[in-house]
Amino acid sequence: MAEFLQFAFSGLTVGAVYALVALGFTLIYNASDVVNFAQGEFVMIGGMTTVFLTLAGVPLPLAALIAVVAAVAVGLSLHRFAIEPARGASAVVLIMITIGASIFLRGAAQVVFDKRFHSLPPLFGNDPIRIGGASILPQSLVVLAGAVVIVVLLWVFIDRTLFGKAVIATAANRLAARLVGIDTRRMGSFSFAVSAAIGAIAGILVTPITLTSYEVGTLLALKGFAAAMLGGMGSAVGAVVGGIMLGLLEAFAAGYLSSQYKDAVAFLVILIVLFVMPHGLFGRAKIERV
Amino acid sequence: MLSVENLTSAYGRIEALHGVSIEVGAGQIVTLVGANGAGKTTLLRAISGVQPITAGSIRFDGKPIERLPSHDRVAAGITQVPEGRQLFAPLTIEDNLKLGAWSRRGADVTPEIARVYALFPMLYERRSTPAGALSGGQQQMLAIGRALMARPRLLLLDEPSMGLAPILVDQILETIHGLKRGGLTILLVEQNARAALAIADRAYVLETGRITASGTAAEVQVDERVREAYLGV
Repeated sequence: MAEFLQFAFSGLTVGAVYALVALGFTLIYNASDVVNFAQGEFVMIGGMTTVFLTLAGVPLPLAALIAVVAAVAVGLSLHRFAIEPARGASAVVLIMITIGASIFLRGAAQVVFDKRFHSLPPLFGNDPIRIGGASILPQSLVVLAGAVVIVVLLWVFIDRTLFGKAVIATAANRLAARLVGIDTRRMGSFSFAVSAAIGAIAGILVTPITLTSYEVGTLLALKGFAAAMLGGMGSAVGAVVGGIMLGLLEAFAAGYLSSQYKDAVAFLVILIVLFVMPHGLFGRAKIERV
Repeated sequence: MLSVENLTSAYGRIEALHGVSIEVGAGQIVTLVGANGAGKTTLLRAISGVQPITAGSIRFDGKPIERLPSHDRVAAGITQVPEGRQLFAPLTIEDNLKLGAWSRRGADVTPEIARVYALFPMLYERRSTPAGALSGGQQQMLAIGRALMARPRLLLLDEPSMGLAPILVDQILETIHGLKRGGLTILLVEQNARAALAIADRAYVLETGRITASGTAAEVQVDERVREAYLGV
Protein backbone atom coordinates (compact mmCIF):
# COMPACT_ATOMS: atom_id res chain seq x y z
CA MET A 1 0.00 0.00 0.00
CA ALA A 2 2.79 2.40 0.90
CA GLU A 3 4.46 1.52 -2.37
CA PHE A 4 1.25 2.12 -4.29
CA LEU A 5 0.79 5.52 -2.66
CA GLN A 6 4.39 6.43 -3.39
CA PHE A 7 3.97 5.69 -7.09
CA ALA A 8 0.65 7.52 -7.13
CA PHE A 9 2.23 10.66 -5.63
CA SER A 10 5.02 10.77 -8.15
CA GLY A 11 2.62 9.97 -10.99
CA LEU A 12 0.28 12.79 -9.96
CA THR A 13 3.13 15.30 -9.82
CA VAL A 14 4.46 14.47 -13.27
CA GLY A 15 0.90 14.07 -14.56
CA ALA A 16 0.03 17.60 -13.42
CA VAL A 17 2.84 18.95 -15.59
CA TYR A 18 1.73 16.82 -18.55
CA ALA A 19 -1.80 18.09 -17.99
CA LEU A 20 -0.67 21.71 -18.16
CA VAL A 21 1.32 21.09 -21.34
CA ALA A 22 -1.67 19.25 -22.83
CA LEU A 23 -3.92 22.15 -21.85
CA GLY A 24 -1.59 24.46 -23.78
CA PHE A 25 -1.88 22.21 -26.83
CA THR A 26 -5.67 22.20 -26.51
CA LEU A 27 -6.02 25.97 -26.16
CA ILE A 28 -3.96 26.70 -29.25
CA TYR A 29 -5.55 23.90 -31.24
CA ASN A 30 -9.04 25.16 -30.43
CA ALA A 31 -8.35 28.79 -31.23
CA SER A 32 -6.29 28.32 -34.38
CA ASP A 33 -6.25 24.65 -35.49
CA VAL A 34 -2.48 24.59 -34.93
CA VAL A 35 -0.81 21.67 -33.14
CA ASN A 36 2.01 23.58 -31.48
CA PHE A 37 5.01 21.31 -30.96
CA ALA A 38 6.94 24.23 -29.48
CA GLN A 39 4.69 23.92 -26.42
CA GLY A 40 7.46 22.18 -24.44
CA GLU A 41 9.83 25.07 -25.09
CA PHE A 42 7.54 27.37 -23.10
CA VAL A 43 8.13 25.06 -20.12
CA MET A 44 11.87 25.22 -20.74
CA ILE A 45 11.87 29.02 -21.10
CA GLY A 46 9.95 29.36 -17.83
CA GLY A 47 12.38 27.17 -15.89
CA MET A 48 15.64 28.31 -17.49
CA THR A 49 14.87 32.05 -17.37
CA THR A 50 13.97 31.80 -13.68
CA VAL A 51 17.16 29.84 -12.96
CA PHE A 52 19.45 32.30 -14.70
CA LEU A 53 17.75 35.38 -13.27
CA THR A 54 18.01 34.03 -9.71
CA LEU A 55 21.69 33.19 -10.36
CA ALA A 56 22.11 36.83 -11.39
CA GLY A 57 20.71 37.88 -8.02
CA VAL A 58 17.09 38.65 -8.94
CA PRO A 59 14.68 37.59 -6.15
CA LEU A 60 12.78 34.40 -7.00
CA PRO A 61 9.22 35.84 -7.31
CA LEU A 62 10.40 38.62 -9.62
CA ALA A 63 12.51 36.17 -11.64
CA ALA A 64 9.50 33.88 -12.05
CA LEU A 65 7.32 36.79 -13.16
CA ILE A 66 9.89 37.93 -15.74
CA ALA A 67 10.20 34.32 -16.96
CA VAL A 68 6.44 34.10 -17.56
CA VAL A 69 6.46 37.45 -19.38
CA ALA A 70 9.40 36.26 -21.50
CA ALA A 71 7.56 33.06 -22.42
CA VAL A 72 4.44 35.05 -23.35
CA ALA A 73 6.57 37.34 -25.54
CA VAL A 74 8.05 34.28 -27.27
CA GLY A 75 4.56 32.80 -27.70
CA LEU A 76 3.19 36.00 -29.23
CA SER A 77 6.19 36.33 -31.58
CA LEU A 78 5.80 32.71 -32.62
CA HIS A 79 2.19 33.38 -33.54
CA ARG A 80 2.85 36.73 -35.20
CA PHE A 81 5.97 35.86 -37.21
CA ALA A 82 5.71 32.13 -37.87
CA ILE A 83 2.05 31.06 -37.73
CA GLU A 84 0.18 34.15 -38.98
CA PRO A 85 2.16 34.53 -42.24
CA ALA A 86 1.32 30.88 -43.03
CA ARG A 87 -2.39 31.30 -42.41
CA GLY A 88 -4.35 29.01 -44.69
CA ALA A 89 -1.50 26.51 -45.00
CA SER A 90 -2.25 22.83 -44.41
CA ALA A 91 -2.06 21.28 -40.96
CA VAL A 92 1.13 19.40 -41.85
CA VAL A 93 2.88 22.60 -42.91
CA LEU A 94 1.84 24.32 -39.68
CA ILE A 95 3.13 21.37 -37.64
CA MET A 96 6.46 21.57 -39.46
CA ILE A 97 6.61 25.29 -38.67
CA THR A 98 6.08 24.65 -34.95
CA ILE A 99 8.66 21.84 -34.94
CA GLY A 100 11.07 24.22 -36.64
CA ALA A 101 10.30 26.87 -34.03
CA SER A 102 10.92 24.30 -31.30
CA ILE A 103 14.36 23.43 -32.73
CA PHE A 104 15.15 27.12 -33.12
CA LEU A 105 14.17 27.90 -29.52
CA ARG A 106 16.27 24.99 -28.21
CA GLY A 107 19.26 26.22 -30.21
CA ALA A 108 18.76 29.78 -28.99
CA ALA A 109 18.51 28.50 -25.40
CA GLN A 110 21.92 26.80 -25.73
CA VAL A 111 23.41 30.15 -26.70
CA VAL A 112 21.49 32.40 -24.30
CA PHE A 113 21.70 29.99 -21.36
CA ASP A 114 23.96 26.91 -21.43
CA LYS A 115 23.85 23.15 -21.95
CA ARG A 116 23.88 22.04 -18.32
CA PHE A 117 21.14 20.90 -15.95
CA HIS A 118 19.88 23.42 -13.42
CA SER A 119 17.63 23.41 -10.41
CA LEU A 120 15.76 25.91 -8.29
CA PRO A 121 15.35 25.94 -4.50
CA PRO A 122 11.98 24.40 -3.53
CA LEU A 123 9.46 26.83 -2.04
CA PHE A 124 8.93 24.96 1.25
CA GLY A 125 12.17 23.09 1.77
CA ASN A 126 13.26 19.55 1.05
CA ASP A 127 11.78 17.66 4.00
CA PRO A 128 9.37 15.04 2.68
CA ILE A 129 5.89 14.83 4.18
CA ARG A 130 4.93 11.29 5.23
CA ILE A 131 1.46 10.07 4.35
CA GLY A 132 0.42 6.42 4.88
CA GLY A 133 3.98 5.14 4.73
CA ALA A 134 4.77 7.03 1.56
CA SER A 135 6.54 10.34 1.35
CA ILE A 136 5.83 13.34 -0.81
CA LEU A 137 7.95 16.42 -1.36
CA PRO A 138 6.36 19.75 -0.41
CA GLN A 139 7.23 20.96 -3.91
CA SER A 140 5.05 18.20 -5.40
CA LEU A 141 2.13 19.66 -3.49
CA VAL A 142 3.08 23.09 -4.88
CA VAL A 143 3.01 21.66 -8.43
CA LEU A 144 -0.37 20.02 -7.83
CA ALA A 145 -1.82 23.14 -6.22
CA GLY A 146 -0.47 25.29 -9.06
CA ALA A 147 -2.07 23.02 -11.63
CA VAL A 148 -5.42 23.10 -9.82
CA VAL A 149 -5.35 26.91 -9.56
CA ILE A 150 -4.50 27.29 -13.26
CA VAL A 151 -7.20 24.86 -14.37
CA VAL A 152 -9.85 26.52 -12.17
CA LEU A 153 -8.88 30.06 -13.26
CA LEU A 154 -8.94 29.03 -16.89
CA TRP A 155 -12.30 27.33 -16.50
CA VAL A 156 -13.85 30.35 -14.78
CA PHE A 157 -12.44 32.64 -17.44
CA ILE A 158 -13.64 30.54 -20.38
CA ASP A 159 -17.02 29.66 -18.92
CA ARG A 160 -17.94 32.92 -17.20
CA THR A 161 -16.73 35.78 -19.40
CA LEU A 162 -17.84 36.97 -22.82
CA PHE A 163 -14.23 36.87 -23.99
CA GLY A 164 -14.03 33.23 -22.93
CA LYS A 165 -17.24 32.48 -24.79
CA ALA A 166 -15.72 34.13 -27.86
CA VAL A 167 -12.84 31.65 -27.52
CA ILE A 168 -15.34 28.75 -27.48
CA ALA A 169 -17.23 30.32 -30.39
CA THR A 170 -14.04 30.62 -32.43
CA ALA A 171 -13.23 26.97 -31.74
CA ALA A 172 -16.78 25.86 -32.57
CA ASN A 173 -17.23 27.78 -35.80
CA ARG A 174 -14.51 30.01 -37.20
CA LEU A 175 -16.63 31.38 -40.06
CA ALA A 176 -19.50 32.35 -37.76
CA ALA A 177 -17.05 33.93 -35.33
CA ARG A 178 -15.72 36.16 -38.09
CA LEU A 179 -19.24 37.00 -39.23
CA VAL A 180 -20.25 38.31 -35.78
CA GLY A 181 -17.14 40.47 -35.79
CA ILE A 182 -14.74 38.45 -33.66
CA ASP A 183 -11.15 39.10 -34.67
CA THR A 184 -10.09 35.45 -34.91
CA ARG A 185 -6.45 36.46 -35.37
CA ARG A 186 -6.51 38.13 -31.98
CA MET A 187 -8.05 34.97 -30.53
CA GLY A 188 -5.07 33.09 -31.96
CA SER A 189 -2.56 35.49 -30.37
CA PHE A 190 -4.43 35.25 -27.11
CA SER A 191 -4.30 31.44 -27.12
CA PHE A 192 -0.55 31.46 -27.79
CA ALA A 193 -0.01 33.97 -24.97
CA VAL A 194 -2.05 31.99 -22.42
CA SER A 195 -0.52 28.66 -23.46
CA ALA A 196 2.96 30.13 -23.13
CA ALA A 197 2.15 31.49 -19.66
CA ILE A 198 0.73 28.14 -18.52
CA GLY A 199 3.76 26.28 -19.87
CA ALA A 200 6.18 28.70 -18.22
CA ILE A 201 4.44 28.44 -14.84
CA ALA A 202 4.56 24.63 -15.09
CA GLY A 203 8.27 24.84 -15.89
CA ILE A 204 9.02 27.08 -12.91
CA LEU A 205 7.04 24.93 -10.45
CA VAL A 206 8.50 21.60 -11.54
CA THR A 207 12.15 22.63 -11.91
CA PRO A 208 13.02 22.02 -8.22
CA ILE A 209 11.88 18.39 -8.66
CA THR A 210 12.83 17.36 -12.19
CA LEU A 211 15.60 19.89 -12.98
CA THR A 212 15.63 21.80 -16.25
CA SER A 213 17.91 22.20 -19.25
CA TYR A 214 17.69 23.65 -22.73
CA GLU A 215 16.26 20.42 -24.16
CA VAL A 216 13.73 19.54 -21.48
CA GLY A 217 10.92 20.73 -23.77
CA THR A 218 11.23 18.01 -26.41
CA LEU A 219 10.02 15.09 -24.36
CA LEU A 220 7.46 17.25 -22.52
CA ALA A 221 5.91 18.32 -25.82
CA LEU A 222 5.69 14.70 -26.90
CA LYS A 223 4.13 13.61 -23.59
CA GLY A 224 1.81 16.60 -23.49
CA PHE A 225 0.69 15.87 -27.04
CA ALA A 226 0.14 12.20 -26.19
CA ALA A 227 -1.90 13.28 -23.16
CA ALA A 228 -4.00 15.63 -25.28
CA MET A 229 -4.62 12.86 -27.82
CA LEU A 230 -5.49 10.42 -25.05
CA GLY A 231 -8.02 12.85 -23.58
CA GLY A 232 -9.34 13.81 -27.00
CA MET A 233 -7.77 16.65 -28.97
CA GLY A 234 -9.69 19.85 -28.39
CA SER A 235 -11.21 18.88 -25.05
CA ALA A 236 -9.88 20.82 -22.04
CA VAL A 237 -11.23 18.24 -19.59
CA GLY A 238 -9.64 15.55 -21.73
CA ALA A 239 -6.27 17.33 -21.60
CA VAL A 240 -6.26 17.41 -17.80
CA VAL A 241 -7.49 13.83 -17.38
CA GLY A 242 -5.16 12.60 -20.13
CA GLY A 243 -2.17 14.29 -18.51
CA ILE A 244 -2.86 12.88 -15.05
CA MET A 245 -3.50 9.40 -16.50
CA LEU A 246 -0.27 9.47 -18.48
CA GLY A 247 1.69 10.53 -15.40
CA LEU A 248 0.14 7.76 -13.28
CA LEU A 249 0.68 5.15 -15.99
CA GLU A 250 4.34 6.05 -16.23
CA ALA A 251 4.84 6.01 -12.48
CA PHE A 252 3.17 2.61 -12.03
CA ALA A 253 4.96 1.13 -15.02
CA ALA A 254 8.27 2.40 -13.68
CA GLY A 255 7.52 1.13 -10.18
CA TYR A 256 5.97 -2.26 -10.81
CA LEU A 257 7.65 -3.20 -14.10
CA SER A 258 10.82 -1.41 -14.98
CA SER A 259 11.75 2.24 -15.22
CA GLN A 260 13.25 1.49 -18.59
CA TYR A 261 9.85 0.57 -19.96
CA LYS A 262 7.85 3.40 -18.42
CA ASP A 263 7.60 5.41 -21.65
CA ALA A 264 6.85 2.31 -23.69
CA VAL A 265 4.04 1.20 -21.37
CA ALA A 266 2.51 4.66 -21.36
CA PHE A 267 2.51 4.93 -25.12
CA LEU A 268 1.23 1.36 -25.49
CA VAL A 269 -1.80 2.16 -23.35
CA ILE A 270 -2.42 5.30 -25.40
CA LEU A 271 -2.25 3.29 -28.61
CA ILE A 272 -4.78 0.82 -27.25
CA VAL A 273 -7.15 3.58 -26.09
CA LEU A 274 -6.95 5.37 -29.43
CA PHE A 275 -7.46 2.06 -31.24
CA VAL A 276 -10.71 1.49 -29.36
CA MET A 277 -11.75 5.16 -29.14
CA PRO A 278 -10.17 7.02 -32.07
CA HIS A 279 -11.35 10.41 -30.78
CA GLY A 280 -9.83 9.93 -27.34
CA LEU A 281 -11.60 9.65 -24.03
CA PHE A 282 -13.45 12.98 -24.17
CA GLY A 283 -13.14 13.87 -27.84
CA ARG A 284 -16.08 14.03 -30.16
CA ALA A 285 -16.24 13.18 -33.81
CA LYS A 286 -16.81 16.30 -35.86
CA ILE A 287 -20.33 16.08 -37.16
CA GLU A 288 -21.46 18.61 -39.71
CA ARG A 289 -25.18 19.24 -39.73
CA VAL A 290 -26.60 20.79 -42.84
CA MET B 1 -26.04 52.23 -49.49
CA LEU B 2 -24.07 49.26 -50.76
CA SER B 3 -22.41 49.40 -54.12
CA VAL B 4 -20.44 46.48 -55.52
CA GLU B 5 -18.51 47.09 -58.72
CA ASN B 6 -16.81 44.61 -61.04
CA LEU B 7 -16.13 42.22 -58.21
CA THR B 8 -14.16 39.10 -59.04
CA SER B 9 -13.36 36.33 -56.60
CA ALA B 10 -11.69 32.96 -57.00
CA TYR B 11 -11.26 29.68 -55.18
CA GLY B 12 -7.65 28.86 -55.93
CA ARG B 13 -7.38 29.24 -59.70
CA ILE B 14 -11.06 28.85 -60.38
CA GLU B 15 -12.86 32.16 -60.67
CA ALA B 16 -16.32 32.09 -59.12
CA LEU B 17 -17.37 35.71 -59.71
CA HIS B 18 -16.47 37.36 -63.02
CA GLY B 19 -17.01 41.08 -62.45
CA VAL B 20 -20.27 41.38 -60.54
CA SER B 21 -21.88 44.77 -59.96
CA ILE B 22 -24.91 45.33 -57.76
CA GLU B 23 -26.51 48.25 -55.94
CA VAL B 24 -28.53 48.08 -52.75
CA GLY B 25 -30.40 51.25 -51.86
CA ALA B 26 -31.17 52.24 -48.26
CA GLY B 27 -34.39 50.77 -46.91
CA GLN B 28 -34.78 48.26 -49.73
CA ILE B 29 -34.94 44.50 -49.91
CA VAL B 30 -32.78 43.44 -52.83
CA THR B 31 -32.84 39.79 -53.77
CA LEU B 32 -30.29 37.74 -55.60
CA VAL B 33 -31.77 34.90 -57.63
CA GLY B 34 -29.73 32.13 -59.17
CA ALA B 35 -29.08 28.42 -59.34
CA ASN B 36 -26.82 26.44 -57.03
CA GLY B 37 -23.18 27.27 -57.71
CA ALA B 38 -23.97 30.57 -59.42
CA GLY B 39 -21.85 32.44 -56.88
CA LYS B 40 -24.52 33.89 -54.59
CA THR B 41 -22.90 32.71 -51.37
CA THR B 42 -19.46 33.73 -52.66
CA LEU B 43 -20.76 37.24 -53.28
CA LEU B 44 -22.26 37.58 -49.80
CA ARG B 45 -19.08 36.23 -48.20
CA ALA B 46 -16.98 38.67 -50.21
CA ILE B 47 -19.17 41.54 -48.99
CA SER B 48 -18.69 40.35 -45.39
CA GLY B 49 -14.94 40.02 -45.93
CA VAL B 50 -14.64 36.30 -45.28
CA GLN B 51 -14.00 35.42 -48.93
CA PRO B 52 -10.97 37.01 -50.62
CA ILE B 53 -11.58 39.06 -53.73
CA THR B 54 -9.22 39.40 -56.66
CA ALA B 55 -10.49 42.67 -58.15
CA GLY B 56 -13.29 45.20 -57.94
CA SER B 57 -14.64 47.44 -55.24
CA ILE B 58 -17.23 47.34 -52.47
CA ARG B 59 -18.54 50.63 -51.15
CA PHE B 60 -20.70 51.04 -48.08
CA ASP B 61 -22.15 54.52 -47.51
CA GLY B 62 -19.77 55.68 -50.23
CA LYS B 63 -16.67 54.47 -48.40
CA PRO B 64 -14.55 51.66 -49.84
CA ILE B 65 -14.60 48.66 -47.50
CA GLU B 66 -13.05 45.92 -49.65
CA ARG B 67 -9.78 46.11 -47.74
CA LEU B 68 -11.30 46.12 -44.26
CA PRO B 69 -11.05 42.92 -42.18
CA SER B 70 -14.38 41.20 -41.51
CA HIS B 71 -14.70 42.48 -37.92
CA ASP B 72 -14.43 46.09 -39.07
CA ARG B 73 -17.21 45.51 -41.58
CA VAL B 74 -19.47 44.21 -38.80
CA ALA B 75 -18.61 47.30 -36.77
CA ALA B 76 -19.44 49.45 -39.81
CA GLY B 77 -22.97 47.97 -39.83
CA ILE B 78 -22.96 44.93 -42.14
CA THR B 79 -23.92 41.58 -40.65
CA GLN B 80 -24.72 38.28 -42.27
CA VAL B 81 -27.02 35.36 -41.58
CA PRO B 82 -24.89 32.71 -43.27
CA GLU B 83 -26.00 29.72 -45.27
CA GLY B 84 -26.59 26.74 -43.00
CA ARG B 85 -27.05 29.04 -39.95
CA GLN B 86 -23.52 28.46 -38.59
CA LEU B 87 -24.49 28.81 -34.94
CA PHE B 88 -22.12 28.32 -32.04
CA ALA B 89 -23.48 24.85 -31.32
CA PRO B 90 -22.04 24.25 -27.81
CA LEU B 91 -23.21 27.65 -26.51
CA THR B 92 -26.69 28.51 -25.30
CA ILE B 93 -29.17 30.63 -27.23
CA GLU B 94 -28.51 33.55 -24.92
CA ASP B 95 -24.72 33.26 -25.35
CA ASN B 96 -25.10 33.08 -29.13
CA LEU B 97 -27.08 36.32 -28.97
CA LYS B 98 -24.56 38.02 -26.69
CA LEU B 99 -21.75 37.07 -29.06
CA GLY B 100 -23.81 38.51 -31.91
CA ALA B 101 -23.24 41.87 -30.20
CA TRP B 102 -19.47 41.27 -29.95
CA SER B 103 -18.78 44.35 -32.08
CA ARG B 104 -20.55 46.42 -29.39
CA ARG B 105 -19.07 44.65 -26.37
CA GLY B 106 -19.09 46.73 -23.26
CA ALA B 107 -22.44 48.26 -24.26
CA ASP B 108 -25.67 47.17 -22.56
CA VAL B 109 -27.26 44.68 -24.92
CA THR B 110 -30.39 43.90 -22.84
CA PRO B 111 -32.69 45.97 -25.12
CA GLU B 112 -31.49 44.09 -28.22
CA ILE B 113 -31.87 40.71 -26.54
CA ALA B 114 -35.39 41.68 -25.48
CA ARG B 115 -36.14 42.75 -29.04
CA VAL B 116 -34.99 39.42 -30.46
CA TYR B 117 -37.04 37.51 -27.87
CA ALA B 118 -40.07 39.64 -28.78
CA LEU B 119 -39.51 38.79 -32.44
CA PHE B 120 -39.03 35.05 -31.71
CA PRO B 121 -40.73 34.15 -28.39
CA MET B 122 -39.65 30.53 -28.92
CA LEU B 123 -36.04 31.55 -28.36
CA TYR B 124 -36.88 33.06 -24.97
CA GLU B 125 -38.53 29.84 -23.79
CA ARG B 126 -35.40 27.86 -24.65
CA ARG B 127 -32.79 30.53 -23.87
CA SER B 128 -30.55 28.18 -21.83
CA THR B 129 -30.57 25.43 -24.46
CA PRO B 130 -27.38 24.83 -26.48
CA ALA B 131 -27.90 26.08 -30.03
CA GLY B 132 -26.91 22.69 -31.42
CA ALA B 133 -30.01 21.10 -29.86
CA LEU B 134 -32.51 23.34 -31.67
CA SER B 135 -34.69 22.37 -34.61
CA GLY B 136 -33.96 23.79 -38.06
CA GLY B 137 -36.56 26.54 -37.78
CA GLN B 138 -35.42 27.59 -34.34
CA GLN B 139 -31.81 27.62 -35.52
CA GLN B 140 -32.76 29.93 -38.37
CA MET B 141 -34.56 32.27 -35.96
CA LEU B 142 -31.49 32.30 -33.72
CA ALA B 143 -29.19 32.95 -36.68
CA ILE B 144 -31.31 35.98 -37.65
CA GLY B 145 -31.53 37.11 -34.03
CA ARG B 146 -27.77 36.82 -33.60
CA ALA B 147 -27.16 38.93 -36.71
CA LEU B 148 -29.59 41.61 -35.43
CA MET B 149 -27.70 41.89 -32.13
CA ALA B 150 -24.96 43.94 -33.80
CA ARG B 151 -27.60 46.57 -34.71
CA PRO B 152 -26.76 46.32 -38.42
CA ARG B 153 -27.84 48.79 -41.07
CA LEU B 154 -27.39 46.22 -43.83
CA LEU B 155 -28.39 42.61 -43.28
CA LEU B 156 -27.14 39.91 -45.64
CA LEU B 157 -29.34 36.82 -45.62
CA ASP B 158 -28.11 33.62 -47.27
CA GLU B 159 -30.85 31.08 -47.98
CA PRO B 160 -32.88 31.71 -44.83
CA SER B 161 -35.61 29.28 -45.91
CA MET B 162 -33.35 26.37 -46.79
CA GLY B 163 -34.54 23.09 -45.32
CA LEU B 164 -37.55 24.57 -43.53
CA ALA B 165 -41.17 23.42 -43.57
CA PRO B 166 -43.42 25.61 -45.80
CA ILE B 167 -45.21 27.19 -42.83
CA LEU B 168 -41.86 28.23 -41.34
CA VAL B 169 -40.69 29.61 -44.68
CA ASP B 170 -43.68 31.98 -44.72
CA GLN B 171 -43.00 32.97 -41.14
CA ILE B 172 -39.31 33.72 -41.78
CA LEU B 173 -40.05 35.72 -44.93
CA GLU B 174 -42.76 37.66 -43.08
CA THR B 175 -40.18 38.44 -40.37
CA ILE B 176 -37.73 39.67 -43.02
CA HIS B 177 -40.39 41.90 -44.50
CA GLY B 178 -41.11 43.22 -41.02
CA LEU B 179 -37.43 44.06 -40.51
CA LYS B 180 -37.49 46.08 -43.72
CA ARG B 181 -40.54 47.99 -42.52
CA GLY B 182 -38.53 48.75 -39.40
CA GLY B 183 -35.96 50.50 -41.62
CA LEU B 184 -33.38 47.77 -42.17
CA THR B 185 -31.75 47.37 -45.58
CA ILE B 186 -31.60 43.75 -46.72
CA LEU B 187 -29.74 41.78 -49.36
CA LEU B 188 -31.50 38.45 -49.65
CA VAL B 189 -30.20 35.33 -51.35
CA GLU B 190 -32.98 32.81 -51.70
CA GLN B 191 -33.51 29.65 -53.68
CA ASN B 192 -37.26 30.11 -53.28
CA ALA B 193 -37.28 32.81 -55.99
CA ARG B 194 -41.05 33.25 -56.00
CA ALA B 195 -41.20 34.02 -52.28
CA ALA B 196 -38.15 36.26 -52.42
CA LEU B 197 -39.48 38.29 -55.37
CA ALA B 198 -42.79 38.73 -53.55
CA ILE B 199 -41.17 40.77 -50.76
CA ALA B 200 -38.27 42.33 -52.68
CA ASP B 201 -38.01 45.81 -54.18
CA ARG B 202 -35.26 44.99 -56.63
CA ALA B 203 -33.76 41.77 -57.95
CA TYR B 204 -30.63 40.55 -59.68
CA VAL B 205 -30.23 37.27 -61.50
CA LEU B 206 -26.80 35.72 -61.02
CA GLU B 207 -25.73 32.95 -63.41
CA THR B 208 -22.31 31.25 -63.28
CA GLY B 209 -20.68 34.27 -61.68
CA ARG B 210 -22.28 36.98 -63.83
CA ILE B 211 -25.33 39.22 -63.42
CA THR B 212 -27.60 38.35 -66.36
CA ALA B 213 -30.73 40.31 -65.48
CA SER B 214 -31.76 43.01 -63.07
CA GLY B 215 -34.57 45.42 -62.36
CA THR B 216 -37.45 45.94 -59.97
CA ALA B 217 -38.85 42.77 -58.50
CA ALA B 218 -41.95 43.16 -60.64
CA GLU B 219 -39.90 43.46 -63.82
CA VAL B 220 -37.73 40.47 -63.06
CA GLN B 221 -40.77 38.46 -62.08
CA VAL B 222 -42.28 38.80 -65.57
CA ASP B 223 -38.98 38.27 -67.39
CA GLU B 224 -39.54 35.27 -69.70
CA ARG B 225 -36.17 33.61 -68.94
CA VAL B 226 -36.50 34.09 -65.21
CA ARG B 227 -40.01 32.65 -65.25
CA GLU B 228 -38.77 29.61 -67.11
CA ALA B 229 -35.57 29.02 -65.18
CA TYR B 230 -36.46 29.96 -61.59
CA LEU B 231 -40.21 30.21 -61.23
CA GLY B 232 -41.05 27.02 -63.11
CA VAL B 233 -43.83 28.65 -65.11
